[in-house]
Amino acid sequence: MLKINNLHVSIKGKEILKGLNLQVNRGEVHAIMGPNGTGKSTLASVIAGKEIFDVTEGSIEYKNKNLFDLSVEDRAREGIFIGFQYPVEIPGVSISNFMKTALNEIRQYRGLEPLSATEFLKMMEDKKKMVELNTKLTNRSVNEGFSGGEKKRNEIFQMAMLNPELSILDETDSGLDIDALRIVANGVNQIKNENNAIVVITHYQRLLDYIVPDVIHVLFDGRIVKSGPKELAYELEEKGYDWIKNEYGKSI
Amino acid sequence: MNMENQYKLPMMNAFTSFIDDTYHKISETLPCAHHTEIATLRKRAIDYFVREQLPHNKIESWRHRAIDQLVEDKYSIQLTPTPYRPVEDYFKCKIHNIDTYMFTFLNGWYVHKNTPLTIFPNGIIVGSLTAAIEQYPDLVLPHLAASRTDNYDSLVALNEALFYDGLFVYIPENLEVQKPMQLVSIIDSKENLLVQQRNLIVVGKNSSFSLVQCDDSIAFGKTFLNNVTEIFLEENTHFNYYKMENKDPDSLLINQVFVQQKKNSQFFSNTTTFNAGYVRNSLRVKLLEPFASAKLWGIYLVDKQQYVDNQIFVDHAAPDCTSSQLYKGIADDMAGANFNGHVIVREGAQRTNAFQTNRNIALTDEAKITTKPFLEIYADDVKCSHGATIGQLDEEAMFYLRSRGICERNAKMLLMYAFAIEIANAIEIDSLRNRLKEMIKKRLSGELTICDQCVLHCAQDKQITFEIDLSKI
Repeated sequence: MLKINNLHVSIKGKEILKGLNLQVNRGEVHAIMGPNGTGKSTLASVIAGKEIFDVTEGSIEYKNKNLFDLSVEDRAREGIFIGFQYPVEIPGVSISNFMKTALNEIRQYRGLEPLSATEFLKMMEDKKKMVELNTKLTNRSVNEGFSGGEKKRNEIFQMAMLNPELSILDETDSGLDIDALRIVANGVNQIKNENNAIVVITHYQRLLDYIVPDVIHVLFDGRIVKSGPKELAYELEEKGYDWIKNEYGKSI
Repeated sequence: MNMENQYKLPMMNAFTSFIDDTYHKISETLPCAHHTEIATLRKRAIDYFVREQLPHNKIESWRHRAIDQLVEDKYSIQLTPTPYRPVEDYFKCKIHNIDTYMFTFLNGWYVHKNTPLTIFPNGIIVGSLTAAIEQYPDLVLPHLAASRTDNYDSLVALNEALFYDGLFVYIPENLEVQKPMQLVSIIDSKENLLVQQRNLIVVGKNSSFSLVQCDDSIAFGKTFLNNVTEIFLEENTHFNYYKMENKDPDSLLINQVFVQQKKNSQFFSNTTTFNAGYVRNSLRVKLLEPFASAKLWGIYLVDKQQYVDNQIFVDHAAPDCTSSQLYKGIADDMAGANFNGHVIVREGAQRTNAFQTNRNIALTDEAKITTKPFLEIYADDVKCSHGATIGQLDEEAMFYLRSRGICERNAKMLLMYAFAIEIANAIEIDSLRNRLKEMIKKRLSGELTICDQCVLHCAQDKQITFEIDLSKI
């Protein structure tokens, strides 16, 4: 579903991704781990379509289409969802209005009729339960005055509403306490099925206790330097990233 | 050396000569001409106007866009009312289910069928100001021109020299008027008209009252409206003043409002400017006695070549009063907007609370917005704040909305709507609030024009995609 080939990305002339390769198939959960500043969030931003990054080389294919031919909104309409590390506060726009607009635009793109108010409200209720979000929160403005945990739960709530084919969750676990982490992970596990794919970007192994990946990739200095089964996470946890730095730092 | 010239009066421009001539031709036939008080008022006004002429850009509050360059040399003045036709023939209020007492003015004249004044059983008097001068001089004359003594300018003078009608509302003491009144001013003329309404509102002790004022055009002449409204709020009164302006691009609209507040009175003004040729709202509030409060809110949404100017002046002349200003605006295309908020806290006006906020969004590089908060404080125990911003739509927020599948246009609309709606949300009349929100939505999507007020409905209303009734969630 997603094929990233030799991706080079720079920001203001500084190269961040230096030939990244990644393939994700339907039904798979991938985890990307790695120390700070190695390009994990850059990867998520490039897939989302942030314009401040320059793609200097390489390609990203999504469902056999060139991702770079799609506008930011069309990427979402084609089924890509990015769970942002720092979700933006939007005063005055209620979550319900936001989701209703987004959902109907996505449906229109796919040639579907807009949801009726009743269908929409029912769907909201179901998905709210999934991430234990209460009604008060959904009537409020998007992320305005939300705690860190509420913001992340709101991201997963949106993911559940939009039902994406490919989700990239950028450090969704950062700033979460154990309870919030469990709620978020539960939400993700309920959304996961054989037709969609999830890429989890994280620093820590603890999220992977809840969302069990099929493959773990280690991103270091703009490249994926190591991939392996879920046990790789424990090895990383035990040995620390210095192990990666020592092993791969010199050769780069 | 050319010293002598400095002491000569400036040349009378074409418009001033026109006004001077007109005054001499018609002053004897204007309504209430035989009233000594009115005749004196008019005489003083015309002398002042001829001397000072129209405001020019050397005057601080007019420096951004003065109107002396915008007026035509000559205008038509409609000296008698249009023969009576039912208002529904040419104007239909589109506020659904709004229940108001509606009073209509056509080209500046009160529209009625031989009843220039309506007297309610509870003592409320509403109708034509000039009729009220004749019938109730004791109610009118002590108030007429009494609120603007500190603020006389040539536009007030122009109005005083030649006004021929306006709305008079008198609310007696101890009345809670549930049903709002609505003042609709319509211009229907192909000619370039000069229309000057003079409105006077007196709210008696312990009474409360709401007025909805709509300025609309239904024909395309180059009209010049120069209105003056005086509002007197006695002790313990509560007055909500909702104003809507939706004018054609060729019109010049000046709305000067003077408010005087006595002890414990509460004034709320909420002004919405949708479309404008050139609109200047001047709102001057004097807090005369302790514990009076004034809440002055407004929103302006302008595009193309439109220009809107809001001039606010709050005079804290007594201790323990509160004033708050919140004005927001969006300027698109080449439109212009100016906000001047001046608060003066007089010596001895201790424990004053005065707050002021002006927020603007410029959607294009050509849109020009200027804002000037100005606090002048002569007391030491006060709480005052001001803030003014001019910015663009938040790019991070735009990206976030788009990343969920919302197109750029709708993302922009959602953000602008969220920005603008705060002002309309403060309106207490449900039907009016809902209608205004709907109009703001249409205005932002470029679908609201002044045709919206017309009964012909040439264009079909389009569905906007993010319509949802949030009250049910």
